[in-house]
Amino acid sequence: MSKKGVLLTGAHFMNGDIACAEGAIVAGCRFFAGYPITPATEIAEHLSERMPEIGRIYIQMEDEIASIAAVIGASYAGLKAMTATSGPGFSLMQENIGLAIMTETPCVIVDIMRGGPSTGQPTMPGQQDVMQARWGSHGDYEIIALAPSSVQEMFDLTIDAFNLAETYRVPTLLLADEIVAHMWEKIVIPTAEKIRIVNRKKPNVSPEEYLPFMPDDLVPPMACFGEGYRFHATGLTHDEHGYPKTSSSEVQERLVKRLCEKIRRNEDKIMRVEEVMLDDADVVVVAYGIVARAALSAVRKAREMGIKAGLLRLITLWPFPQNHVAKIAGSAKRIIVPEMNCGQLVREVERAAKETSVVFLSKLGEEPHTPMEILEAIRRNS
Amino acid sequence: MFSEWKFTTKDIAEKPDLFLSGHRACAGCGPATVLRLIMKATRGPTIVTNATGCMEVVSSIYPYTSWATPWVHTAFENAAANASGIEAALKIMRKKGKIKQEQVDVIAFAGDGGTYDIGIQALSGAVERGHDFLFVLYDNEAYMNTGIQRSGGTPLGASTTTSPAGTVIPGKLEHKKPIADIMVAHDMPYVATASPYYWRDLLVKVRRGIEVNGPAFLHVFAPCPRGWRSDPAKSIELSRLAVETCIFPLWEAVNGEYQLSTPSKVMALSPQKKKPAKEYLEVQGRFRHLFTPKYEKMLAEIQRITDERWNRLLKRCGMVQPAKTA
Repeated sequence: MSKKGVLLTGAHFMNGDIACAEGAIVAGCRFFAGYPITPATEIAEHLSERMPEIGRIYIQMEDEIASIAAVIGASYAGLKAMTATSGPGFSLMQENIGLAIMTETPCVIVDIMRGGPSTGQPTMPGQQDVMQARWGSHGDYEIIALAPSSVQEMFDLTIDAFNLAETYRVPTLLLADEIVAHMWEKIVIPTAEKIRIVNRKKPNVSPEEYLPFMPDDLVPPMACFGEGYRFHATGLTHDEHGYPKTSSSEVQERLVKRLCEKIRRNEDKIMRVEEVMLDDADVVVVAYGIVARAALSAVRKAREMGIKAGLLRLITLWPFPQNHVAKIAGSAKRIIVPEMNCGQLVREVERAAKETSVVFLSKLGEEPHTPMEILEAIRRNS
Repeated sequence: MFSEWKFTTKDIAEKPDLFLSGHRACAGCGPATVLRLIMKATRGPTIVTNATGCMEVVSSIYPYTSWATPWVHTAFENAAANASGIEAALKIMRKKGKIKQEQVDVIAFAGDGGTYDIGIQALSGAVERGHDFLFVLYDNEAYMNTGIQRSGGTPLGASTTTSPAGTVIPGKLEHKKPIADIMVAHDMPYVATASPYYWRDLLVKVRRGIEVNGPAFLHVFAPCPRGWRSDPAKSIELSRLAVETCIFPLWEAVNGEYQLSTPSKVMALSPQKKKPAKEYLEVQGRFRHLFTPKYEKMLAEIQRITDERWNRLLKRCGMVQPAKTA
């Protein structure tokens, strides 16, 4: 795969981690800092070879705290930057994710979910970091998280994650599971003109007039270090100048509400789902990641049996696509949520579904739900 | 300061193992040999805390354990902090008469990742606070458990999966962090390096680390055939070559006073016995690329840094600096 340049247009056979790494390269990631952790290690390994070849930077840091901190630094210095980890490392990153939120630093964090808590099951899949992705760092914020369910999506959604991070100046998470990351599949890398790349908005005012945190349509244009603009970034509550105002309730309210609003008001642009046979469905399975593939198979089999089943596959997990769930709740009789955890996203589904009854299918351990297990749940609830 | 612990090979053979056979380590695993030897040198009830890494994984796969002593698997970064808690709790319980044992020893094991990199904050803090425990670094010079990624302990020029030798770089570009010297700079009572080929030296140092009042740090050389791309039958031979080439000299620093241990003192007194680094490097696949014309300069650089560090150590040990070796 070496010496072929940035964009490897064509059909390939690769695993999800490598596809993610290639997606990052195409998206314009010029800086990767990481720390080895199963099952995300192959992303680092692949980039350690690819990045130097194309004149970009790969650094292995001394831990995950340092990795995300280096990414924040690189992003402020003007490069698109990414790190990749799994549960234990994701936990260590939480404080710095909060810093990235507060300083509105565009960056991408890949979390390949394995079984937890703690060291848990390093080589097995899980979907247990879904709530941590949303609420892991302290304070109020909104964050974006995407959940790929194929190797192709590991590539595509990594590019999307960079685009969203750059558009909204927010750390964006690629929340994949171990199976999607380690699975080998065919993927097709498109030609350059078919790939959309978004870069952060730059200030169009003179350095004297520039206020680093003055929003333009909720998102402030971002000057980078060394571009001639005076810059003050801090994790403290700050005003539009970037200066700390830690005792002003007005500044705190204006800032934190804007950090949330810039995502909430753009939910429609951010949110992506895949709808399969929902129009007349009585029973709808809501799933994401690898589990969605078993769910799709189950829904098709149910249709063959004459059951009106459908699938709502969540591609964006955060912000949560509640309108899509609310819509199906209006027409379907039952919603089934299979997840590889003890009940995380199902709570959001229940909240959006209101009166419609929601059935939760939990599975932990080494394999996701089988199509037969989901089919059985569909059959029982039809 | 230390007891005159005398032991014969028979004593050691007869002492029941605390690190048992049947673990899942690879053939020729240096760290597993090191752990077994170290546990032979304990003096009584001992609690072990083990950072995430190869040794934690291979010794504790359900439903088996290799540990015939209380053992905790901590996270990756916190073996020394966890040991601090164990030691402090034992101390107060003993003071209040809640535990009977006069002496319970605490040993923390960590690999190079759990020591040089992610673990150094916890280690530095525990030593600064002065907890009475022995921290053992088993150094196989990369993150072997996750598949051979470079660490702060990986030597210059070694090819790993995140410092791959190829057209752009000649393996790792950075030097191995002098971790034991960093620990000496903590003004701690006992720091030593050891290698399993010199097993008597290793056992004595373990016992001293346990006996010393306050924190002790032991840096143990531990070859990894999988990661070093070396013959599994040659692990112990490599742990001898590393000392004979002065790439991994053996020494102790008691209260900051450096002293060469016998195997390395031999090299200091008879410099002609010091072998060229090349002899150590050429038997390991991770250095294979250094023997190609493209990267032969790196080979010379490794010899240069080896000599420079060795001469610096001789000065610290108060030995006369020998004539510069080739």
